[in-house]
Amino acid sequence: MIDLAWLVVAIPLASSALLLLLGRRSDAWGHLLATLAAVASFVVGLLVVLEVLGQSPEERINDVHLFSWIPAGELSIDAGLRVDPLSLTFVMLITFVGSLIHVYSIGYMTHDPARRRFFAYLNLFVAAMLVLVLADSYALLFVGWEGVGLASYLLIGFWNHNTDYAVAAKKAFVMNRVGDMGLIVAMGLMFASLGTVSFSGVDAAASGLSTPMATAIGLLLLLGACGKSAQFPLQAWLGDAMAGPTPVSALIHAATMVTAGVYLIVRADSIFSAAPTAQLVTACVGAFTLLLGAAIACGKDDIKKSLAGSTMSQIGYMVLAAGLGPIGYAYAIFHLVTHGFFKAGLFLGAGSVMHANGDSTDMRTYGGLRKVMLVTWATFAVCWLAIIGVPPFAGFYSKDKIIETAFVGEGWQPWVFGGAALVGAAVTAFYMSRMFFMTFHGKARWVDEASKLGADDPRPRRHPHESPLVMTLPVVVLAIGAVSLGFLLSLGDGITGWLEPVTGHVDHPEPVLPVPVILTATLVLVAAGVALAWRQYGMNTVPLTAPAGSPLTRAARRDFFADDVNEALAMRPGQHLTRTLVYADTAVVDGAVTGAAAGTVASGRVLRKLQNGYVRSYAAMILAGVVIAGAVLHLVRL
Amino acid sequence: MTTFQPPVIDWAALTPVLVIVGAGVLGVLVAAFAPAARRRSIQVVVALLAPLAALGAVAWRWSEVVGGGESTFVAGQLAEDGFGLAAQMILLVIALVGFAVLASRLPGGEDAFTPQGASAPGSAYEEAARKAGLEQTEVYPLALFSLAGMLVFTMANDLLVLFVALEVLSLPLYVLTALARRRRVLSQEAALKYFLLGAFSSAIFLFGVALLFGYSASLTYADIGTAATASVGMDGMAVVGLLMVLTGLLFKVGAVPFHAWVPDVYQGAPTPVTGFMAAATKTAAFAAIARLLYVAAPGFAWDVEPALWVVAIASMLVGTVLAIVQTDIKRTLAYSSVAHAGFALVAIVSLPEGGPDALLFYLLAYSFATVGAFAVVTLVRERDDAGNVTGEATHLSQWAGLGRRSPVLAAAMALFLLSFAGIPLTAGFLGKFTAFVAAADGGAWPLVAVAVLASIAAAFFYVRVIVLMFFTRPEESDEPQRQRAQAVAPGALTRVALVVCAAGTLVLGVWPTPVLDLLAQAARFVV
Amino acid sequence: MNPYVPILIMMGVAAVMAIAGLATSAIIGPKTYNRAKLEAYECGIMPTPHALGKGRFNIKYYLVAMTFIVFDIEVVFLYPWAVAFSDLAVFGLVAMLGFIALITVPYIYEWRRGALDWD
Repeated sequence: MIDLAWLVVAIPLASSALLLLLGRRSDAWGHLLATLAAVASFVVGLLVVLEVLGQSPEERINDVHLFSWIPAGELSIDAGLRVDPLSLTFVMLITFVGSLIHVYSIGYMTHDPARRRFFAYLNLFVAAMLVLVLADSYALLFVGWEGVGLASYLLIGFWNHNTDYAVAAKKAFVMNRVGDMGLIVAMGLMFASLGTVSFSGVDAAASGLSTPMATAIGLLLLLGACGKSAQFPLQAWLGDAMAGPTPVSALIHAATMVTAGVYLIVRADSIFSAAPTAQLVTACVGAFTLLLGAAIACGKDDIKKSLAGSTMSQIGYMVLAAGLGPIGYAYAIFHLVTHGFFKAGLFLGAGSVMHANGDSTDMRTYGGLRKVMLVTWATFAVCWLAIIGVPPFAGFYSKDKIIETAFVGEGWQPWVFGGAALVGAAVTAFYMSRMFFMTFHGKARWVDEASKLGADDPRPRRHPHESPLVMTLPVVVLAIGAVSLGFLLSLGDGITGWLEPVTGHVDHPEPVLPVPVILTATLVLVAAGVALAWRQYGMNTVPLTAPAGSPLTRAARRDFFADDVNEALAMRPGQHLTRTLVYADTAVVDGAVTGAAAGTVASGRVLRKLQNGYVRSYAAMILAGVVIAGAVLHLVRL
Repeated sequence: MTTFQPPVIDWAALTPVLVIVGAGVLGVLVAAFAPAARRRSIQVVVALLAPLAALGAVAWRWSEVVGGGESTFVAGQLAEDGFGLAAQMILLVIALVGFAVLASRLPGGEDAFTPQGASAPGSAYEEAARKAGLEQTEVYPLALFSLAGMLVFTMANDLLVLFVALEVLSLPLYVLTALARRRRVLSQEAALKYFLLGAFSSAIFLFGVALLFGYSASLTYADIGTAATASVGMDGMAVVGLLMVLTGLLFKVGAVPFHAWVPDVYQGAPTPVTGFMAAATKTAAFAAIARLLYVAAPGFAWDVEPALWVVAIASMLVGTVLAIVQTDIKRTLAYSSVAHAGFALVAIVSLPEGGPDALLFYLLAYSFATVGAFAVVTLVRERDDAGNVTGEATHLSQWAGLGRRSPVLAAAMALFLLSFAGIPLTAGFLGKFTAFVAAADGGAWPLVAVAVLASIAAAFFYVRVIVLMFFTRPEESDEPQRQRAQAVAPGALTRVALVVCAAGTLVLGVWPTPVLDLLAQAARFVV
Repeated sequence: MNPYVPILIMMGVAAVMAIAGLATSAIIGPKTYNRAKLEAYECGIMPTPHALGKGRFNIKYYLVAMTFIVFDIEVVFLYPWAVAFSDLAVFGLVAMLGFIALITVPYIYEWRRGALDWD
């Protein structure tokens, strides 16, 4: 079965190709085929997992050679699959959550005329993401990396008739490109210093790297990870990426693609272990982003953008854990898996709410939706409790471990990282509760369509309703995961034992504070965050338009001026550069080209005279050619 | 008097040729016996199945031959080796896609050919034939016969066989050229020019054959090659003879200064014929040139090389320069084909080790792009006032903004043009790359330098067309107002051909390894 | 001596004779012109620049020519074959039968498509 692991990738890829090639002919059944492909991929993946579970732990790293991909001299790259606990964890997450989101999309996209194309892109994304995690070399990983970037671009801009959405897609693509440059240069350095880009080759040779080189490669990989995972300083695209259809936000921009950076860091363990500085930078980036994202999430009134900030923040936790080195890897992946479930559940729940509210994303126009959308309310509540880390929901198990691990170490680091993680937990509790209360509780800030209120009522007229079963069922499944997964995965050795062949065995040293203290502090802070949110948004009336707010709120609403910073630091200089270049181009290059072109055209005119259309002159030309060639040859021979 | 020894004929080796000739004969019989209503469909089926069957035959011969089974037969006049089989494979692939375009019809049901070749252009008789819905289904057997000649071209190991094959491949093309449905006078003029100049170059070719025979007392390549090493002091005659034979072949590939017919004929011929002719004739003639140079002429390499250098450089420069000043898409592509003849020549001029396989790869890449590009040209049409689809819109200004109106088609065209220009990730890039590497290995550095410069300059006019299609609004065009081109929906066959060409261009550009390996393993000549 | 020299001499002599003939007549010939002298030399028949019917030859003209070629080629090839028939034996016979079979195909085509029906 392991040898058939390529099927996991091939099935969705084939389905995607089929749907794109057949075009409208497959409109009628395209969504079903795509869903089936995702499910089939999950089943194959599950069989592989079962077989790997049958192996003894040290044998669980399987390399499956597929074909020789780029045999170019010294750079010989084979395409192969790395089937090990780490990649399989991702395969399960991607195919399972992916399948659920396919099912959900059947309902969500019913009325979209381009539904088949949407599913083709979704399948393409699933295939690319699986290539990314199953690759056995950085080069093949890069193929998947670009593939998910492409799919993400296509899906963010899926409604590209709306210019803003198309711009958002472009923004995501360009910012990802910055990160990709890091990955490419890292690969180049690896090849230059180690002569290989395969995981096994790099892992074997990485300990021999000089520290500056290892640091350089590590930082470049981190840059790549930041681009894909929306970490500081490349975080600004994620909010805009919410322009895509909500299932896309759930799958790509919450559960799977954005976590690819975490995967990359864990996968490049050998590099980071040789580069403590790069590791420290990684942890700092994670800690900073987790606070930044949480702050952004507090400031947004757009439910999806708030969730995007939350995603940024939660991935910050994972990056922080991954930056702590081998002691954190397993917890990073653990949190990644549980987050995949509850965040996808939250997004899909948000999708249901939007669906019910005429596609409005403004939380200030929600309120009191619990009565009309009971299933959505229940699932959202479960996922909410999971993300803020209330025991025994999944997030508690995974996030608490990260907070504990952040307190491990010497000097200033445990206090800073641990403190950030603790504060982050409190803020998370606040903004998630805010979202929950604003959406489902309090007074309704909308008017039922049927009501007879006057036209001067500022509240929007809506007809909220529960979503159909095809949309609620996947959310229910995700919610069950959000309840139970944390407990299940920490049973016995749990996920840490399962990942041990990859992450290596580590003894967990004691944190600088006793574990019960940390636990208590976390829970108290979470409770405080919820209470604050309840006081602010549950009990009080929420105004329809946002109040001016403090400078901090205003900054958070504007993504902490990320766009302005990008504009000032990258876009404007870039524009000036291009303008200068354009000027240089017109003045110098074009001058030369125009000159050359004028010369070419002039000589063309002369030559064109030879092409006068008369057979006799053509024949004469041929004859002259032969005669001159013959004569020249004879002269040369003399 | 010695008694006559019947030559040994290796029928198995001839199967691909026999399949195609047989299909051609069958096509003539179909034209004779089948009822008019079903003639076309039978012809199309025959014309498409035959190359498929021949491909199967070539694959079979490949398994028998490559890696030790090479041989010559019919007294050394024909050779069966990896190079020939690889070239045949390329030709048959071109034929498949080329014939698919050839057989396509517009949504209104009209094909690319005149309803009645014998009618005078503009006559009442022609109008009557058009109204009656006649079709010139002889097109298909003609194309098959031409293909048969090309297949023999790649195997010919003897100057006389080469000459016969040359005529077999040329004569049907002359006729096909004359059969355009629209602009018939231009088409007939093109055919006459092609015929006259073809006959003229054939005469030069034959003269060369006579001189070579006079020199070596034999017509087979092997004997000529042997005679060259055992020099008897008359090699002046041999060099001139070789030069004249090469002239006949270089005429077929359209290399400067034997290129003058190319633009006129490519423009006048029915566009599907142009696509097939441009790709297949060039492939076949280059295969013949390579065999001649590598098998018969190594002894004269020192003498002929300067002339070929000049021809290659002149082709690249003249083709590029003149392509830039064209305003007609078909003429632009024609001059680009002249330039490409120069590029392909670079691969083999100095007889490098890897030359033949680089040449074949180049030709394959070029062929996909050529058939594809001309197939796109067949679809870009003008419309009359009543909205009926009329002739092809070949003036470049009419292509402005095509990318907005038919993005997929324009994207396909852009892909083919990028491949022509040799932009990475297309087949054309790897074709140029392997060809130039082979030439550099053979020590032809100056030639490679010119070739690189010429391909940079050439990229200009390909990109110009792309810019025109995608970034120019029709009203921005400063040309006098012409009717904007509208793309018609391609028929199923054209669609398949376009997809195959585009896929081939992409796959060879992204993952060429299997094909390169196959060619490197195959491209050996049997002596 | 180079074996080509005699050929060169011969070519020279031929050129001299041709040029000399033209030159002599141009120099010593009487130069009187009249209308008859300026016309193309066609043995008394008026030249016909165009065939009848709008300058086109009748299509049948070509049909006859093509039918002629079918048989003409056949005969041209059959003659030397007949002379060497006994030497070529079975190989020759088979080859010739193949050739005749092939050349019959266009003949059949002509016949079926009405080229043999004169009116």
